[in-house]
Amino acid sequence: MPAGIDPEAYLDAAAAAIGLAIAPEHRPGVILNLERIAALADTVMSFPLPEDEEPAPVFRP
Amino acid sequence: MSGAETALAIAAAVRAGRRSASDVAAAALARIEALNPHLNAFTAVTAARAQSEAAAIDAKRARGEDPGPLAGVPYAVKNLFDIAGLTTLAGARIEAEKPPARADATAVARLKAAGAVLVGALNMDEYAYGFTTENAHYGPTRNPHDTARVAGGSSGGSAAAVAGGLVALTLGTDTNGSIRVPSSFCGIFGLKPTYGRLSRAGSTMFVASIDHIGPFARSVEDLAAGYDAMQGPDPRDPVCRDAPPEPAAPGLSRGAQGLRIATAAGYFAPAGTAEAQAALAQAAAALGAARTVEIPEAARARAAAFVITAAEGASRHLADLKRRAGDFDPATRDRFLAGALTPAAWVFQAQRFRRWFHGRMMEVFRDVDIILAPATPIPAPLIGQATMNVGGAEIAVRPNLGMFTQPLSFIGLPIVAVPVHRPGRLPIGVQVIAAPWREADALRAAFALEQAGVAAAPVAA
Repeated sequence: MPAGIDPEAYLDAAAAAIGLAIAPEHRPGVILNLERIAALADTVMSFPLPEDEEPAPVFRP
Repeated sequence: MSGAETALAIAAAVRAGRRSASDVAAAALARIEALNPHLNAFTAVTAARAQSEAAAIDAKRARGEDPGPLAGVPYAVKNLFDIAGLTTLAGARIEAEKPPARADATAVARLKAAGAVLVGALNMDEYAYGFTTENAHYGPTRNPHDTARVAGGSSGGSAAAVAGGLVALTLGTDTNGSIRVPSSFCGIFGLKPTYGRLSRAGSTMFVASIDHIGPFARSVEDLAAGYDAMQGPDPRDPVCRDAPPEPAAPGLSRGAQGLRIATAAGYFAPAGTAEAQAALAQAAAALGAARTVEIPEAARARAAAFVITAAEGASRHLADLKRRAGDFDPATRDRFLAGALTPAAWVFQAQRFRRWFHGRMMEVFRDVDIILAPATPIPAPLIGQATMNVGGAEIAVRPNLGMFTQPLSFIGLPIVAVPVHRPGRLPIGVQVIAAPWREADALRAAFALEQAGVAAAPVAA
C-alpha cells in the first residue's frame, strides 16, 4: 500500500463502504492481494500522463 | 480414426462421403471416454447432442445439400460458453446452481451452422481468473505432455483436449493470456483475435472491457477455419464489430511474404527465461526477423491491465462475494475480494494509461507488421508449484505466468500463439502479434513457421 497507509485499516474502511464483510480466515489472503495490486498501481500512478489522455473504459481498437 | 487428424481432414472426408459424421462423432466420444480420465479436460460430454448433430449432417449430405466447411468436425468449448440445455459453469460451484442455458452462445451456434459437432464442455479456472486450471471444485486439468504439470489457464481444458488428440478444435477465452498461456504449455496453436472481432454473446464475461473469445487447434489452417466460421457482426455483443467477415484462410498460402517482422526486446527478455528466448530466437530466425523493437512501458502496461482486471473482474461478482465468499475457489476468492476494494483513482489512471499505451503501440506498428514475443516465461510448471525463478528473483507462479501476454491483450491486439517444435522437450510457445484487425497477417506468419517446420503441434504421446 502507499506509504503511511495501514492495509488492515484500509481493508476495514473500504470493505465497510461497499457493504462487504470479509471473514477473518480470508483476511491474510486479501491483504496480500491488496498489497500486490497496490504495488502495481503505484507504477501506473507514478507515470506522468498527458492531461488530455482520456480513459478507455470500453476500448475500441 | 486417430486423434491426430486435423479438423479440415475430417471435414474433407465427411464432405466427400468417405466417412459419416456419425462415425466420426462416435470415435471422438470413445476417445474422450478413454483419455479424459487422465487429463480431466472435460466437465461435461454432450454425447446425445453430438449424435443428433452428426446425424443431421449425414442427412444433409444425403439430400445433396452442402453440410458446411466444418462438416462433422467434433469440437468442444470452455465451460463458460452457453450450451442450450446445460448449466454454464464458468468453473464455479456457485454457477452449478443456476438453471440450464436456454440457447447456444453465438460462437457455438456459428460452429454448428458450419457443420461442426459439439461433444462437450471443458474445464477452466474459476470465472477465468487464473493461468493454471487448478480448479478446486472440478479438479486440475493435466497437461497431455506430462500429466504432473498444469495445462495452463484459464482455458486449460480447451488446450489439453486438443493437445491430447481428444478433439481437433476447441474454443476458449482470453483476457490476459487465457488462450495464449495454455497454448504455450500444451504445445498447440491458439488465436486471440482483435478485441471486438468475434462475438462473446452467450459467454460468461470475466473483465468485459478486455475479454476475447478464440479457437485452439493443432494446425494453422484449422485455426483459421474455426476463426473464419465464427466471424461476423452480432447485435447481442455491444463491442462486436459491425462489419463483414474478413476470412483469413484464403491468404494463408502467401506465408510471411511482404510482412515486416521484428522481435520484442527489453521487458520480454528477463533473466531466467532461457527456454522461452531460445524458442523465440528459432521463430525469429525462420522468419528472417533480424530487428528488434521496444514495447514502450510494457511493465506499466502489464500493471495497468492487472489493476483493471482486479477491479472490473471483482465488480461482476460483488453480490456473491458479499453473500457467499466461502463458496468461491480459494485460488480466486482473495483476489476477487481485494479487487473489490481497489480505489477508483487507480482504475481510472490505468484506463487513461491504456489509451496512452495504445497510441504508442500504433506508432510501433507504422514500421512493423508483426512483432514476435515469448508467450510464457517458462514451460508448464508442475501442478501445485508455487514459485519460479524469473528476472533474478523467486516469484509466485500463478500471477506471473501471464507477464508476457497481459500487456498486449488489454489494448486488443490480435495474437496467434505458436508452438515451437522441440522434440523430446516440454512445449513452449511464441506470440505472433499484429496490429488491430490484422489477424490474417498473424495467421500468415504462423503458417510460414508451420510450413518451415519450426512450429508444430503433434498430439502428445
